[in-house]
Amino acid sequence: MAEHVGHAHDEHKDSDGHGPAFYIKIWAILLVLFIISVLGPEFGHRTVTLITAFGIAVVKAYMVAVYFMHIKHEKKYIPYIMFAMLGAVFLFYIAVATDVEKTSGNNWENSSAKYLIEENKDFEHHMEH
Amino acid sequence: MGTTTPIATTRSVTGMPTGRLAVWWVIGSEIVIFGGLLMCYLMLRLKFPHWALMSSHTNTFAGGLNTFVLLTSSLFIVLAHHYAEKKEELKAFGLIWATIFGGLTFLVIKGIEWTTEITNGFTITSSLFWSFYYTAAGLHALHVIAGMILMGWISIDVLQKKNMHRVELIGIYWHFVDIVWIFLFPLLYIAK
Repeated sequence: MAEHVGHAHDEHKDSDGHGPAFYIKIWAILLVLFIISVLGPEFGHRTVTLITAFGIAVVKAYMVAVYFMHIKHEKKYIPYIMFAMLGAVFLFYIAVATDVEKTSGNNWENSSAKYLIEENKDFEHHMEH
Repeated sequence: MGTTTPIATTRSVTGMPTGRLAVWWVIGSEIVIFGGLLMCYLMLRLKFPHWALMSSHTNTFAGGLNTFVLLTSSLFIVLAHHYAEKKEELKAFGLIWATIFGGLTFLVIKGIEWTTEITNGFTITSSLFWSFYYTAAGLHALHVIAGMILMGWISIDVLQKKNMHRVELIGIYWHFVDIVWIFLFPLLYIAK
C-alpha cells in the first residue's frame, strides 16, 4: 500500500513544526529578495548587477530548495546527486568555454563570429539612442 | 487491499520512498538539461556583447510578473503538501488548483509577451540570441504545462484521500520549475 510508505516520510516532514505561517514568511522574504534583484541592476553598475541579479538568484534558489523542497531533510545522497549534476554542467563549461568564447586559436579561426562581433562593435551607441 | 499496488511503492532499499527518489532523479536530469542550455547561453552572451542590445527588447515587467506568479504558486503547492499530510483533502485540493491557476497565469503572460515580441519582428529565427530566448523560455513553459497536467491528475486522487504523498512529489517538481525561472529571469530579462 502506498500509505505506509507515505507514513515513512513523516520523519522528514515539518519536524520543526513548520506550518502555513512559516511558508508565508519564506515567500515574503523571497519577494523582498526578488524586488532587490530587479532594482539592483537599475544602478547600472556591473558589480551591483552581478550581486543583486545573480547573487540573489542563488540565494532564492537555495531558500526554495531548503524550505520548500525540504532537501535538508532528505537522505544525504540526494544533495550529493544534485551537486554532482551541477558539477557536470560546470565541467561542460570548463571543457567548452575556451573554444566557444574565443574567435581564434593556434590553428583555427571562427571568421563568422569575428565578423559578427566586428559588425556590432558600436552596439552601445545604438543602446544610448 | 494492496493486490494492485506496484511493488515499487511498497518497499524501498534506499531508505526513502521510491516515488520521491524517482522525482529527485528527474530533478537531477533536468539540472543537466537546463544547466547545459543556460551555460551555452551564458558562454555566447559573454562572447557576443552586442546581445545586450537584443536583450534590451525583452519585457522585464512581464518577466518580473511571472517571477512573482511562480513564487506564489510555489507557496501554494507547499501549503497543499502541508494540508495533504494532515489529510485535509479539500484544502489540499484547493491549493493544488490555485497552483495550477498560477501556472495558467504564467502561460497567459508569456503568451501576451511573445505575441508582442513576434509582432515586433523578434522571432525564433531573428538571431542566435532570440533562438536561445525562445528555446529556453519555451522549454521551461513546456515543463510548466507538464506540471499543471500532473497536478490536475493528482488532485483527483487527493479528493478521494488516495495517494496523498504524490502532492509532495509534484511539489518538488514544481519548485524546481520555479528555480529554473529564478535563473532564467536575470539571464534573459535583467542582464541588459
